[in-house]
Amino acid sequence: MSVLNSREAILVGAILVLLGIVASRFPGFVTPTNLVAVFTDTAPLIILALGQMVVILTRSIDLSVAANLALTGMVCALINVSFPGVPIGVLVLLALALGATMGAINGFLVWKLAIPPIVVTLGTMTIFRGIIFLLTDGSWVNSHQMSAAFKAFPRETVLGLPVLGWIAVIVTLILGLVMGRTTLGRAFFAVGGNPHAAVYTGINVGRTQFLAFVISGMLAGLTGYLWVARYAVAYVDIAGGFELDVVAACVIGGVAIAGGVATVSGAVLGALFLGIIKNALPVIDVSPFWQLAISGAAIIIAVAFNARTGRSKGRVILKSAEHTQ
Amino acid sequence: MGHDPAQSAPVLALDGITKTFPGVRALDGVTLELFAGRVTALIGENGAGKSTVVKTLTGIYQPDGGRILLDGEAVQFPTAQAAAQAGVTAIHQETVLFDELSVAENIFLGHAPKGRFGLIDRPAMHRQAQDILDGIGAEIDAGVRLKDLGIASRHLVAIARALSVEARVVIMDEPTAALSRKEIEELYELVETLKAQGKAILFISHKFDEIFRIADRYTVFRDGQFIGTGEMADTSEAELVQMMVGRSVDQIYPERSTQVGDEVLTVAGYSHPTEFEDIGFTLRRGEILGFYGLVGAGRSEFMQSLIGVTRPSKGAIRLDGKVRVIRSPADAISAGIVYVPEDRGKQGAILDMPIFQNITLPSLPRLSRNGFTRMANEFALARHYTERLDLRAASLDTPVGSLSGGNQQKVVIAKWLATQPKVIILDEPTKGIDIGSKAAVHEFMAELAAEGLSVIMVSSEIPEILGMSDRVIVMREGRIAAELEGDALTPETLVRHAAGITTKGAAA
Repeated sequence: MSVLNSREAILVGAILVLLGIVASRFPGFVTPTNLVAVFTDTAPLIILALGQMVVILTRSIDLSVAANLALTGMVCALINVSFPGVPIGVLVLLALALGATMGAINGFLVWKLAIPPIVVTLGTMTIFRGIIFLLTDGSWVNSHQMSAAFKAFPRETVLGLPVLGWIAVIVTLILGLVMGRTTLGRAFFAVGGNPHAAVYTGINVGRTQFLAFVISGMLAGLTGYLWVARYAVAYVDIAGGFELDVVAACVIGGVAIAGGVATVSGAVLGALFLGIIKNALPVIDVSPFWQLAISGAAIIIAVAFNARTGRSKGRVILKSAEHTQ
Repeated sequence: MGHDPAQSAPVLALDGITKTFPGVRALDGVTLELFAGRVTALIGENGAGKSTVVKTLTGIYQPDGGRILLDGEAVQFPTAQAAAQAGVTAIHQETVLFDELSVAENIFLGHAPKGRFGLIDRPAMHRQAQDILDGIGAEIDAGVRLKDLGIASRHLVAIARALSVEARVVIMDEPTAALSRKEIEELYELVETLKAQGKAILFISHKFDEIFRIADRYTVFRDGQFIGTGEMADTSEAELVQMMVGRSVDQIYPERSTQVGDEVLTVAGYSHPTEFEDIGFTLRRGEILGFYGLVGAGRSEFMQSLIGVTRPSKGAIRLDGKVRVIRSPADAISAGIVYVPEDRGKQGAILDMPIFQNITLPSLPRLSRNGFTRMANEFALARHYTERLDLRAASLDTPVGSLSGGNQQKVVIAKWLATQPKVIILDEPTKGIDIGSKAAVHEFMAELAAEGLSVIMVSSEIPEILGMSDRVIVMREGRIAAELEGDALTPETLVRHAAGITTKGAAA
């Protein structure tokens, strides 16, 4: 079994081609320093895409991730303003717990009330943003109100890579372990692949979807603190619309929107591809319109590609073709 | 009405119709005649070819041989529309209607009266729909949404739809399956109305009381062959049952030396508010226990409850003498009871998952430690069972979706055997597979029983039930109608108990 199956190999190829084109116009883009900066800039998208991947895999969708991020980020910022002495480690744990709680609310509604995930998370998305407004009356928490340690944590560099980048790496490794080596990971694939069959094998489908939302929420909460600390500002609308980038990264990464098919490497590569487009196109003077159009085209091409590969492995009817697969 | 059947020619007839599917001859030169103003009952076991006949008559299947005669002229129904235009219409077992549309729209969907510019003439459609509904005595407003109607009213809408195309031949495929006593009486009246209008009616039913109540003539099929036809007045239940099941042994079942051991599973008083009531039986080691009944008798529903997919309202089970409470399929698997569902396509394998992961899925709790899977154990288990079932695949890592249908079935069976169950429930294990594969499945069941596994086999096929079971429980309308073994186990007794015929030759 190769580490990268064909779809991921194609994505790697696409990323290299993209980098090559950009480098031919602007060689400075592919220097190690800049690539580290691009990776770090894409880290929040990677973390959120990994959470979203688990949710989409189980035939759901989580549109509330960006709102969850914004609310958790705001709560962290407010705590920091009121109690500057709270250690960063505690804040990170708090962000994880708060995010997970919001994910659990989504998951609970999907599991116990059987409300379609898109409806649940569309609702909670608005509610989470609304809560930020209630907490702050719409006012901003600005850089000068935050403690130095609060702002410094994601930027601190370890072995040449900022902590934010390292966290994306660690989350990727943990998700890789969960998806590939645990019974929970297997349950996610089973529920997404065929929920009717999963029931008979002793898997609780609703509970599995619930846990997917908890993971997605937890990662959104973590990203919330990192985002607010990195950009040193918190307000109602931060990361507005970012949930669509997250879903797009998953789709580009080969996560089947109908569930059942996903890989950790695919989701990460999908996020990197989008991140590179967003960072590179302004550098080589592509107009903002074309940036959006190219991102959109990438999504459609990815989906068309998924549909094609999905079809080709459908049915083997010819006896002669049975063993050639 | 002074109708003399001997003088009138059939409106619609099948003459020597043959229809073959890969591996199965569904219809083998059958003959069927339908007369104006008469109800012909088509009688036969599951698999006798009744549905194939309906599909042939309504243009969904094209026969491979033989002729369809309309008023004595050979015709072809290349499409469902062609059959409808010829006046042949069917009311199906499961009515195909649209919840969100109005009753009138449902009745006229596809052939609505058109006004100017080819737009639907809604007032005319509504009026005509209401006329048809009134004509069959249905107290339904043509303007209401279908979803606001009960099941019986929906049936009337389906019938109205069938009549909206100037039907001459009306096919009713198990029309009373979902109806209450009172609604069935109303349906009978409707059939009488249709008869009076001179329509030829084909009535398909498993229920003998119904057939004797409503039909004028009968035709019996068995295994896709025409067995006999005649007037209801000249026959008896006993004779019809004999025609339905009386068969030469045409299939060979594995020899089994039944060495039944101790009691493994005891079920007592299992009940569900709506699906079944007071199911109780014992199952012994190495035994194959058949569950026979008509489709919809509650067998699958009971099995699903037994393994914890649904919860019973009452009842207890003991496994190896110990009381067990099963709340979920996971409980059932760990207790050693597994269920291989009937719809193996939908409920069986996970096509995007590799073979080995499919096989180990229900065994994962046993194979893993602290929530972490152990790949080596998984592969060992998967390899053991794929070899045992002679499943050939390039690699155990390939997705199940890339395998042939037969191999996918093997994956599903391997998956359940790998849990090392004490009791395995097979729901219609040979439904829809060809004769050769059937024999292999039967062979395999015999092997499992010989190894000491207890098998529950849910089947609607009498030969399979007779050929494989040590004992048979017959279910009817959610209850156990009989438990049969030894000399009591004959095709006649099975059909009698399943169909609810109380006394021998009651109608003779």
